[in-house]
Amino acid sequence: MNNAEHDNLLWRVTQFLWNEAAMLDAKEYDAWLALWQPKGLYIIPIEEAENYADVLNLCYDDDKMRRDRIKRFQDGFSISSAPPAVTVRTLSRFVIEAVDGQTVTVSCAQHLVEDKFGRQRLWAANVRYTLTITDSGFTLEEKVVRLLNSDGVLNSFSYLF
Amino acid sequence: MNQLIDIKNITLDPERLVESDKVASTMYTSEVLFEQEQEKIFRKTWVWVAHESEVPDKGSFKLSTVGREPVIVVRDRKQNIHVMLNRCRHRGATVCEIHKGKTSSFQCPYHGWGYGLDGSLRAIPHPEQYGEAFDKAQHSLFSLRTETYNGMIFATFNDDIEPLEEFLGAAKKWIDLFMKQGGGYPVKTMGEHQFSVPMNWKVQLENTTDAYHFPIVHKSFLQSLDAEAEDTFTFLDGEGFVEDLGNGHSVMVMIPELVDLEADLERKIPERFEELADELRAEGYPDDQVRRIVRAVGGSGFNLNLFPNVACSMAFFRVLTPVAVDKTDIRHIALGMEGGPDAANRLRLRLHEHFQGPMGFGSPDDAEVWERIQRGVEGGTELPILVNRGIEKEEQGEAGPRGHVSDETGMRAAYGMWKRMMQE
Repeated sequence: MNNAEHDNLLWRVTQFLWNEAAMLDAKEYDAWLALWQPKGLYIIPIEEAENYADVLNLCYDDDKMRRDRIKRFQDGFSISSAPPAVTVRTLSRFVIEAVDGQTVTVSCAQHLVEDKFGRQRLWAANVRYTLTITDSGFTLEEKVVRLLNSDGVLNSFSYLF
Repeated sequence: MNQLIDIKNITLDPERLVESDKVASTMYTSEVLFEQEQEKIFRKTWVWVAHESEVPDKGSFKLSTVGREPVIVVRDRKQNIHVMLNRCRHRGATVCEIHKGKTSSFQCPYHGWGYGLDGSLRAIPHPEQYGEAFDKAQHSLFSLRTETYNGMIFATFNDDIEPLEEFLGAAKKWIDLFMKQGGGYPVKTMGEHQFSVPMNWKVQLENTTDAYHFPIVHKSFLQSLDAEAEDTFTFLDGEGFVEDLGNGHSVMVMIPELVDLEADLERKIPERFEELADELRAEGYPDDQVRRIVRAVGGSGFNLNLFPNVACSMAFFRVLTPVAVDKTDIRHIALGMEGGPDAANRLRLRLHEHFQGPMGFGSPDDAEVWERIQRGVEGGTELPILVNRGIEKEEQGEAGPRGHVSDETGMRAAYGMWKRMMQE
């Protein structure tokens, strides 16, 4: 891949991930679900692991768990997510780590501020995405969100990173 | 309403704060009481600090707390477990800031005082200035009395307290039952979720023995289960009970058929565990072992609440740390089968993630209502917190008063112990 191709891919990936971030802040969860491949995994680990399936994570969501989680957010029976905290997030420091055929691995930094009960909390994370290039853009194959203090004392989350 | 608490005369007298059927809301808000609790409860009784599987080898250690006080739990070269204050005897710095790991010694970063795994002071840089009268043996890390029961490690500052097994009393039987979820293997810890909630620690103490809230607060969790599992967790109309086990401990049996996980192995395998059963059979496990593992994989059908800081809660340990009068840290420690099939342990991890922790389908809703208690009791100081549910229908159980699964018998047990300790 030459520089121009790299820059073009980086720009398209960035557009896609900013769009995903906007969906999550707006809690447009049905649209967010549609970004995923059925085999995709959405993982928020506690610690690094070779295989996150073998360790305890904050979440390890396959297609069913993602849908169940969104349903829980949307149905209105979960007191912590009705109403949820509102969030504003920024994504930056995008790096394309690998391109392999139709698969792109990209990492970035994420800062998220949540507000509820008149109280704001700030979370920082390194995020790594595995995207599949499609005719119409990208789909999510894997998203791993490494919160800086993932192994520390957290608070409960009523939204997605 | 004629059940107001007489706040004009509320000093902080435990006799007035805790009545048989209600407690004062000051219990959640008084900083003075919180400080007294540290001295009269957390420094005076057995406090759970770790499970033995968290310090499996010589030199394995983990950091924990007794009340607010930071401690190191460590296994020494002779396999003895020590619980010691994480504080150098020289000028007070912590000697360890790594959450868990393995080491051969602890060294203070300030002046380099070095301690052995048993806490003994081994080395001091440039010792000559201390003179000959300085006795290293008098400057070991401060060691707490430490005892274990069935893998559970407890420590105390109180050298006069009864032996741990006596303190646990009728709760021991339930600890033994709880550990059967190893499915024939020893129980091991498999990581933990930690979250902080702006609430008093006693709100958490109550919650582990509160079945009444389950169908309300956890409706969204129940809705995410298959019909059979939802039925299993819909236990308020069942035969469950809450029993006072003495010394502030209590047990809440929600799913009676899951009390003894080694009994009734012929029972039909629940739909949600059929895939695991098939996988184990394919791996060559004999049918009786498959049944034993699958029966254990979802955990026990009860919460055992041990005063003051730990619960054996269905499939995990729930540990509280009182941080401030309105701040409590919670740890949900996942459990698995040491040496057991990977497929079973993976399923246990997924089940834990499903309900527990900052992103679980259960814990965030718990945390929300706990915080709202702390916010609510800022108003109406004279209004009591009711713990009277089922008090008139209570019967005598095996170890103490027993009520319906949704009754507040366990809370009354805990507050009775609280009162006793605060009056000593």
